Amino acid sequence: MDFILNGAPVSADPTPGERLSQTLRDRLSASEVKVGCNAGDCGACTVLVDGLPVCACITPAHQARGKRVDTVKGLLQTPEGQRLVASFQAHQAAQCGICTPGMMVAAVALLRAVPAPSVVQVQDALGGVLCRCTGYRKIIDAVMDATPAAIAPGGVGTAMARLDGLAKITGAEAYGDDVAPLGAWVVKVIRSPHARADFAFGDLQAVAALGLTVLTAADVPGRNAFGVIPAYVDQPIFAQRQTRFRGEAVAAIVGEAAVVAAFDPEDFPVDWTPLPALTSPAEALAPGAPLVHPDRAGNVMCRGRVRRGDVAAALETADIVVEGRFQTGFVEHAAIEPEAGFAQQVGGRLEIHACTQAPGMDLESMAEILGMDRADIRIVPTAVGGGFGTKLDLSVQPYVALAALKTGRPCRITYSRSCSMQSTTKRHPSAIHMQIGATRDGQLTAMRFDGDFDTGAYASWGPTVANRVPVHASGPYLVPHYLAETRAIHTNGPPSGAFRGFGVPQSAFALESLLEDLAARLGIDPLELRLRNALRNGDATVCGQVFDQGVGIGACLRALRPAYDLARVEIAALGAGGRFRRGVGVASGWYGCGNTSLPNPSTIRAGIRPDGALVLHQGAMDIGQGANTVIAQIFATALGAPVDCLVLIGPDTDLTPDAGKTSASRQTFVTGNAALRAGLALRAALTTRLNVAPDAALTFLPGQVRAGGQSLSLAALPPDRFGYALSTEQSYDPPTRPLDADGQGAPYAQFGYAAHLAVVEVDTALGLVRPLRFTAAHDVGRAINPLLVEGQVQGGIAQGLGMALMEEYIPGRTENLHDYLIPTIGDLPPIETLIIEEPDAHGPLGAKGLGEHVLIPTAPAIVNAIRDATGVALHRLPVTPARLRAALTEPRHD
Amino acid sequence: MTCLQVTKLQDALQALAGGGVTVIAGGTDWFPAQGDRPIRGGLLDITGLGALSGISRQGTEWRIGATTTWSALAAANLPPGFDGLRAAARQVGSVQVQNAGTIAGNICNASPAADGVPPLLALLARVELASVRGTRHLALADFLLGPRRTARAPDELVTALILPDPGAAVSGFAKLGARRYLVISIAMVAANLTLHQGRITAARIAVGACAPVAMRLPAWEAALEGHPLSQPLPVPDLQTLAPLTDVRATAAYRRAAVATLLTDLVTDLIAKGAS
Ligand SMILES: Cc1cc2nc3c(=O)[nH]c(=O)nc-3n(C[C@H](O)[C@H](O)[C@H](O)COP(=O)(O)OP(=O)(O)OC[C@H]3O[C@@H](n4cnc5c(N)ncnc54)[C@H](O)[C@@H]3O)c2cc1C
Ligand code: FES
Ligand code: FES
Repeated sequence: MDFILNGAPVSADPTPGERLSQTLRDRLSASEVKVGCNAGDCGACTVLVDGLPVCACITPAHQARGKRVDTVKGLLQTPEGQRLVASFQAHQAAQCGICTPGMMVAAVALLRAVPAPSVVQVQDALGGVLCRCTGYRKIIDAVMDATPAAIAPGGVGTAMARLDGLAKITGAEAYGDDVAPLGAWVVKVIRSPHARADFAFGDLQAVAALGLTVLTAADVPGRNAFGVIPAYVDQPIFAQRQTRFRGEAVAAIVGEAAVVAAFDPEDFPVDWTPLPALTSPAEALAPGAPLVHPDRAGNVMCRGRVRRGDVAAALETADIVVEGRFQTGFVEHAAIEPEAGFAQQVGGRLEIHACTQAPGMDLESMAEILGMDRADIRIVPTAVGGGFGTKLDLSVQPYVALAALKTGRPCRITYSRSCSMQSTTKRHPSAIHMQIGATRDGQLTAMRFDGDFDTGAYASWGPTVANRVPVHASGPYLVPHYLAETRAIHTNGPPSGAFRGFGVPQSAFALESLLEDLAARLGIDPLELRLRNALRNGDATVCGQVFDQGVGIGACLRALRPAYDLARVEIAALGAGGRFRRGVGVASGWYGCGNTSLPNPSTIRAGIRPDGALVLHQGAMDIGQGANTVIAQIFATALGAPVDCLVLIGPDTDLTPDAGKTSASRQTFVTGNAALRAGLALRAALTTRLNVAPDAALTFLPGQVRAGGQSLSLAALPPDRFGYALSTEQSYDPPTRPLDADGQGAPYAQFGYAAHLAVVEVDTALGLVRPLRFTAAHDVGRAINPLLVEGQVQGGIAQGLGMALMEEYIPGRTENLHDYLIPTIGDLPPIETLIIEEPDAHGPLGAKGLGEHVLIPTAPAIVNAIRDATGVALHRLPVTPARLRAALTEPRHD
Repeated sequence: MTCLQVTKLQDALQALAGGGVTVIAGGTDWFPAQGDRPIRGGLLDITGLGALSGISRQGTEWRIGATTTWSALAAANLPPGFDGLRAAARQVGSVQVQNAGTIAGNICNASPAADGVPPLLALLARVELASVRGTRHLALADFLLGPRRTARAPDELVTALILPDPGAAVSGFAKLGARRYLVISIAMVAANLTLHQGRITAARIAVGACAPVAMRLPAWEAALEGHPLSQPLPVPDLQTLAPLTDVRATAAYRRAAVATLLTDLVTDLIAKGAS
């Protein structure tokens, strides 16, 4: 079959029914065509066929015969393509970049038809490409900007383009599915179709006879278990005898790609005996409920608690008490890149190339699973097409590793969308009861919080959620009497794990909704109520931790005032009543950066080669949030070198020291500090040798460094063990103190603060909510790269909006991106980001973490705006049209 | 296992008569349904059949070829009676899906939420089916038997949709979903109205995603016919609907929402027709 690919004639021989995406990627090396769902739902695979955008994944390859097919790679050469590359860079329209090739192709088609499109035209044209990272507004800006001008590279404070942006925009970036060698064997995991079932294998020899290798629990040489918290490593690689959730792995097949493709997993010889399953914490807690894990009594995996003062007495004596019950469901991360990777043996060692947020943890776990020495394993993370917490846990790694070890060949795997959704972690569903006591003039006196979190079948990050929530459930407010207790409860649901905010978005929904009740009952302006209670420097948190500096919540709330007053005036002008009603809502958030009272050091190595090249070993995973750029900017500023001359290496467990995991909003803060120290140390080494002042301006030239008229010849220095003329390795671990039995201590060295404002319009007849705009104030201490800050905020708001209005994962029913809805480009209104810089003494150059703060206030701000518009308080997320309409028409139950 | 790419209708019908082949057009329903499972049997790609694509007028009837894509429909220059169908075309999935998905694929897939069906019902569409045995026509309502079930015999190909000229009717379509793009309808409604001398003189109203197959609302149509434009609309009669509760919405919500959608749509069309 012949066709024209990117202007050149090509020929391929697809099998009948082959997807065009597969032909392009596997037969014609067009790996710039990304695949997120294989079902037309995400648009990552968009290509032009005879000039029209289509999803290559649902285009029969045969239909390309004789046609012109253009991928982003070919379109880069066109005037529209070149303009878009420049503006996507200038606006940072790519974060993880997995959706970007699809966005680019759709945008080229638009610009050809409409050279100066309106916002709505951009939305219509790009509506078929999902992005989970950006919140879309930067993409709209980029497509509309006819004369893009990027900000020149610079150090801390510069809104420069991402250092790794170009590769993402051009499709050159290599993700988990883009790296396996040609001819690698393919692994497919056989999973339980039942939430709970006994099973027994039939004749596995029959499978082997087809030329397939079978992997089961018997093939795990080390410990058949993985997990992220040492005391809770409980999830088998392959279940034995009984499965605990729908999608749990029981076996895998390995073989040549064509042989695996021809095998229908339904034909795998396994007999299932379905058993009654626990589908909710209520069922799991019922007396006599079967135990998901025999050693976890009552299905309670763990508890968390923070207690301060005397909450019972304070509630008793409060002038007013508000209370409510709140409920949220499973939320799926829906990173557009499904989990993927490959493993191979190289010189007696094992290499695992896969998308991950935590290469160091992967290494430790894989050594245990494989019963191998850590030194014999190398983790080489690929680019990550979105993570949001789910890629902290192992997913594909054990399967490709076991397959490569057993077959002796490179073995690859890419999860299908449904397999990814069934088997990877989710946000914990929550059931929360909360009471808040206050004085007549709106001073908070007491809070009592009880939260049950459905942690699913296995622990994953459930203990972290149970611990983090009590610390954060007070919000950034001064609360003298406090008791927050949580339980993580096992069910036969998918394992709940880490998802941006570790349970705090759920607790913020409860808290910030109740504050709205309080404001209404006391007749106090909701923003004023929050300001009155906002923590200040010198106040004690509910953990008894006192920050003498850096508490920025007051500044965030004050920054919302103009937008709030404006919205009030607008809404008042529209008048009350009518079918379409507008409302404004606010909510706050805070979030401790780094691990809760546990060490989480990061180490950065940097060196200068004899030829003068400056090399930064950057081990912090950039999952789209921008670590590659931020860490480099901090390092360059500390050293006093231009950021664009740095050579970045890693992450790679052979080449980069451990910079910890990309979670807990810790990379800018913790690894940033290590980079700052590394930059300063290298500077000191140079200025000492040059015999100039410590702050002298340095000039980096080939083979030498100059300062104050002095010159240092790098070739003259003896190379160190890494081959550098000079190098340094610096670590940072945030200072914290353990929490006692009442949760008193110093859990985090710093918190970041946020306040969001949402204006919505509600169609009361249909129960539809249309957010009209957001204003988001974020205290980031110091904006290392203001454009990256905006990108995080906008992307977080998009996820918060999804959680508020449409997202709920239901096992067996929403296991694809057709039925599980995440916001599209038409669902995000304009977002104004107000950057607050209340420097933090521990942060690098004052900077605080941001990655998770960005979605904590969003859902409650939206729900509060709906309440402002309609008078109805919603106690359950998501607020689907059906739920909202029911709430608007039915008498309230709570 | 083959993928037949035919250019002559006779070859396609012969292949279907031989059995063991599945028709594929845009593939936008076929691939998601297939998933990762291995493909058994042959495929018959009908997008190369030039005669099956395009829109033409033949006397008092319109013919929409089976493989006409949503994009082609949206871009076609058609009288206002087709505005509803064209509005549906613009709201199917995404631009990518509209560029590939075909109108016959939509009805053959027979999803209760197929956006093309309500406007086609309101346009009194008939389905043209061809096989080596000959050609027959079925009213669309008779063609659609239930979710994923049609009256198409295994050896038949849908070759076109045949629609009587809608004359001076105005038409419209409204779709309700939980997000802006790429969304399967919670419910959708379509209407073709003829307005004459201050009255509705003919009304064809159809509702989708509220019963196993999309359906007309004869009772409400009758109530609307003869209705003076200056008077408030009669309340939609939805007794024949049988909405389900699913992940997208509850049955009660669907019923209530449809009443609103219908009233909004007809009100809009009256305003449009009057101007
Ligand atoms: C992401 C996405 C979003 C979507 N959104 C919507 C939406 O909003 N609304 C909506 O209604 N649909 C939607 N769809 C479904 C789909 O796009 C439409 O139903 C489309 O019109 C199907 O046409 P096709 O040519 O792609 O069909 P195909 O997938 O090629 O075929 C569908 C079925 O019909 C049969 N078939 C096709 N043509 C013929 C023929 N001429 N004669 C006999 N049998 C035939 C095939 O054998 C197959 O069983 C969506 C699909 C995707 C992937
Ligand atoms: S991969 Fe093709 S649309 Fe998602
Ligand atoms: S940048 Fe769009 S999905 Fe990550």
